[in-house]
Amino acid sequence: MPPRLELRNITKSYPGIIANDDISMSIMPGEIHAVLGENGAGKSTLMKIIYGAAQADSGEIFCDGKPVAAHTPATSRALGIEMVYQHFALFESVTVVENIALAVSSTFDLDALARQITELSNRYGMPIDPHRRVHDLSVGERQRVEIVRCLLQAPKLLILDEPTSVLTPQAVVKLFETLRQLASEGCSIVYISHKLDEVQELCDTATVLRNGKVTGTARPKESTSAQLARMMVGAELPEMHVSPSVPSDKPVLEVRGLTAPARDQYGVELKNVSFEVRGGEIVGLAGVSGNGQAELISLLSGERTHPNALAIQIDGKAAAHLNASERRKLGMAFVPEERLGRGAVPPHALWQNAVLTAHRAGLVRNGLVDRKQASSFAAGIIERFKVKANGPQSIAQSLSGGNLQKFIVGREIALEPKLFLVAQPTWGVDVGAAAFIRQTIVDLSRSGAAVLVISEELDELFEICDRLLVICQGQVSPPLIRTKTNREEIGLLMTRVDRGNGSNGRAEVAIQD
Amino acid sequence: MDLFIAIFTGTIIAATPLIFAALGELVVEKSGVLNLGIEGMMLMGAAFAFWAVIAGLPMPVAILAGALGGAAASLLFGVLALTFLTNQYAAGLALAIFGSGVSAFLGRNFGSAPIDALKKIYIPYLSDIPVVGPMLFRFDPMVYFAIVMFFVISWFLYRTKGGLVLRTIGESPETAHAIGYPVIRIRYLAVLFGGLMAGLAGAYLSVAYTPLWVENMTAGKGWISLALVVFATWRPLRVLLGAWLFGGMTILQLQGQALGIAVPSELLSALPYLATIIVLVIISQNRQMLALHFPASLAKPFRPAT
Amino acid sequence: MAAPVIATGLTLLVGSLLFAVLGYDPLATLQAFFIAPLNSLNGLSEWLLKASPLILIACGLAVGFRANVWNIGAEGQLIIGAIAACGVGLFYPDPDSILLLPLMFFAGAIAGMAWAAIPAFLRARMNTNEILVTLMLTYIATLLLSWLVHGPWRDPAGFNYPQTALLSAAAMFEPFDYAYRLNASVFITVVAVFLMWLFTDRSFLGYKMSVSGAAPLAARYAGFRESAAVWTGLLAGGAAAGIAGMAEVSGPLGQLSPQISPGYGFAAIIVAFIGRLNAFGIVLGGLLMSLLFLGGEAVQMNLGLSAALTRIFQGILLFFLLAADFFIFYRLRRIPEHA
Repeated sequence: MPPRLELRNITKSYPGIIANDDISMSIMPGEIHAVLGENGAGKSTLMKIIYGAAQADSGEIFCDGKPVAAHTPATSRALGIEMVYQHFALFESVTVVENIALAVSSTFDLDALARQITELSNRYGMPIDPHRRVHDLSVGERQRVEIVRCLLQAPKLLILDEPTSVLTPQAVVKLFETLRQLASEGCSIVYISHKLDEVQELCDTATVLRNGKVTGTARPKESTSAQLARMMVGAELPEMHVSPSVPSDKPVLEVRGLTAPARDQYGVELKNVSFEVRGGEIVGLAGVSGNGQAELISLLSGERTHPNALAIQIDGKAAAHLNASERRKLGMAFVPEERLGRGAVPPHALWQNAVLTAHRAGLVRNGLVDRKQASSFAAGIIERFKVKANGPQSIAQSLSGGNLQKFIVGREIALEPKLFLVAQPTWGVDVGAAAFIRQTIVDLSRSGAAVLVISEELDELFEICDRLLVICQGQVSPPLIRTKTNREEIGLLMTRVDRGNGSNGRAEVAIQD
Repeated sequence: MDLFIAIFTGTIIAATPLIFAALGELVVEKSGVLNLGIEGMMLMGAAFAFWAVIAGLPMPVAILAGALGGAAASLLFGVLALTFLTNQYAAGLALAIFGSGVSAFLGRNFGSAPIDALKKIYIPYLSDIPVVGPMLFRFDPMVYFAIVMFFVISWFLYRTKGGLVLRTIGESPETAHAIGYPVIRIRYLAVLFGGLMAGLAGAYLSVAYTPLWVENMTAGKGWISLALVVFATWRPLRVLLGAWLFGGMTILQLQGQALGIAVPSELLSALPYLATIIVLVIISQNRQMLALHFPASLAKPFRPAT
Repeated sequence: MAAPVIATGLTLLVGSLLFAVLGYDPLATLQAFFIAPLNSLNGLSEWLLKASPLILIACGLAVGFRANVWNIGAEGQLIIGAIAACGVGLFYPDPDSILLLPLMFFAGAIAGMAWAAIPAFLRARMNTNEILVTLMLTYIATLLLSWLVHGPWRDPAGFNYPQTALLSAAAMFEPFDYAYRLNASVFITVVAVFLMWLFTDRSFLGYKMSVSGAAPLAARYAGFRESAAVWTGLLAGGAAAGIAGMAEVSGPLGQLSPQISPGYGFAAIIVAFIGRLNAFGIVLGGLLMSLLFLGGEAVQMNLGLSAALTRIFQGILLFFLLAADFFIFYRLRRIPEHA
């Protein structure tokens, strides 16, 4: 029997980077095959090539023994190859059935399609209502829509790109059940991940990538985590030094009864949020994305203000009514989730991006920008944080995501904040840089700063935080001591619902997760 | 009663070019593209149609020529905005200026004599009904065609797969591209359609509404159409209602001038522009309503990743 | 600065094709359009006289454009500035006062700013699109001017022409030489260019505005007020256009009539883009645009071609400029996608 899919010597380069270098692999029918690698190892590029969303510079692809030519997403689907993207390819403003109708090339009969969706989604144990608008769905439900959309095509090969990064531990278990059922029916599955434990639990075989090259193949269920990790990372990771925290007596950040309406129809309402962060400690905020994190962080950072000044206090001063600049005067610094366009101005040079928040550090005099000061400030960050860039003149958008993140984190830390807010600190950052950024955050807190980390990566939160909060549907849980809790408890809080309130649409969402 | 009928029919007629232009722009904006150049496309349409009439071509051909003139102009915008990914504001402004120049240049020899206007048709029997007949059944065919276009566009946008594709491209071209839709090609079609409609609007002005050639005869109607799309919060029915509202404003102001109301005619003429501002301000207060049907990718350049 | 040069070259190329199609000798017509007007001292005087308001307004507009504040109603602000200045000139009790000219200057600037303050307020406070409001206000300003010169301000001794009385000598900029029309108001433009450079290239406020334009979320992240950018951008454009309007009535016009500007307010938008929203680029762009106006007039007078050619050239130039930007910058701007 020929393999369902075979790649031979796939190479793909982008300006300045070889994303895939001579990659070969094969997947049999019914096999669950992991593509394992760190961020930036070339996994997503490889998947786009398999799916036809990007074309390889050289190399061949065979499907069921036949070479695939003129490869596009459309030809892939004709061959029975379907893909579930990491960031879902769904339109928020229309319904589930309309979304699916856009992807399946049949007649435009929405009622018949809706019946099919209901039937299929129930059969695989992931019920969805075809007539709901996507923007009302939770992340887990959106993923189901994606998967059902693929299943409607009766795929022979299903590609999933980091499918669990947005799911609660409980939802992951359900997803795996569905995938095993699919594989047992003969569908091949390519499972892209950087999470060793999941790959070991689910996958039959694994191809490990590093820096665009295949560094090994393995049977994950028979391999140890250490073996896989070595193939993936190439070297032992630097160890974190987390000394015990000595919290200050008074909180540096105090949030009291913060209630705020949703910003728009896609937003989440914040309900009576209260917590505090003391100097010298790191508090983590866990939660499935889209549960009010964006609203909370923009209220904390001052990007959005709140009429009740006392709802947020920084260093004992009422701050909720202040904008970001005024809060920074109180000693706040902030690293947002989006680097390009929020944390940094894409077409501006790094020295100009230094001025963005560090203008108070002597970079502006008499209303004029001091270019020399700004350049030397930027150069200092580049050196101290090992940012790979051609000096302060480099344009922000020419930097890789990880390097720009190091620059932004460096800029904010150089301001010596009393209160440091950071969202998704290591998203898309390579392993070495991620470890460095985490260590920097820990060091900042141990020197007395109050740190709030918002992250969807539970591993990260468990690694560096002293206390954990969980946000769900705009409500924030009481704090948990990191050493006295575990992933299961956090996972449950991430989907906590008021079961008495079953008529509420969003409550149902969470139950189904 | 006669005055009422005159105001009513005047309103419908004055609204017709706005309906064409604003519905066309609605389709363009629904696909996520902002073409500010309606004024230029309308002027091109007006000039082409007028030119065809004085060249002796039959009226339907002249109107078609106007539509094609608008479409040709829109193609210039399309190349800039869709292929060259330029700032859509700037490209639209360039089109507005260019269209005004080209139309004035074409029109340099048109003279100032009026032409025979597009004929009104009296629909048999219906037009004889008292009151209702003169109000509804004695228009030129373009008036009815505008209404037909309203139904066609509403049906297309909300009842067909093509309309669904267009709307979702307007929400997220990246996603539409990811699932395999030719975003750029569809946006080109939308822009061309917008050009055709603006061309029709211009043609209506020069061969039916005021059948003589005046430089820059659109007098801001293209810009008002743009405002109408915002006013309508991107819904076709509200475009129609908005166009009638503005048409009514124009006619009331003209009637006011005719009745010799003791307000200078210039200040009365300013009323539609003032009303546009006021309506925009009122609509802008309701951000929720604006956001609901707003094409999220509006005016953002998109290029498919390779 | 390659894009504007390429765009100008291509515009000339298309222009000569256009002339050829119309049956004129392309080289001779290009000569008549772009070179002949500058062959005399008077031509040079007219060149700078027309370039001055274009550059002045474009400087003001560019301040806003850099922050994505789209004031395209400079034409209206110019008209209002001219009306206010002329009003002061006509009705100030002492027509020979040396205070008259400075008063008119401030009247023009303040009136232009006031007209621009309407869209600024509506956008900053009422979330209303400034493009449409500035444009609508331009139509209103045009009608207001028309009403004034047909009605209350019409010169009783003017044979019923729709125009005001001529301003007194003290209300006018004195020409450098009475044989030509160029006057001291060009120095206002020179100062404006310098201020614009200082503001956009060196000042912190200018920096904040460029952040607002390039990345509105970054501006919010840093705590730069969006409303400040809106107000600054619109008021700068309004002041510049108002002053330009004042310089027109106190310079070549000497009175108000229904048509006081050949579209300076709109052409200045193109000038700002050709100049890449940068002070010195705007100077070059303004000189080019002024030449287009002169050339249009020249070929109309000498060859009987329509002056609408000027607007066609303006449009083509802007088209090519925008397209050239793509070829030159886009490849550099592209970010390699990482896996």
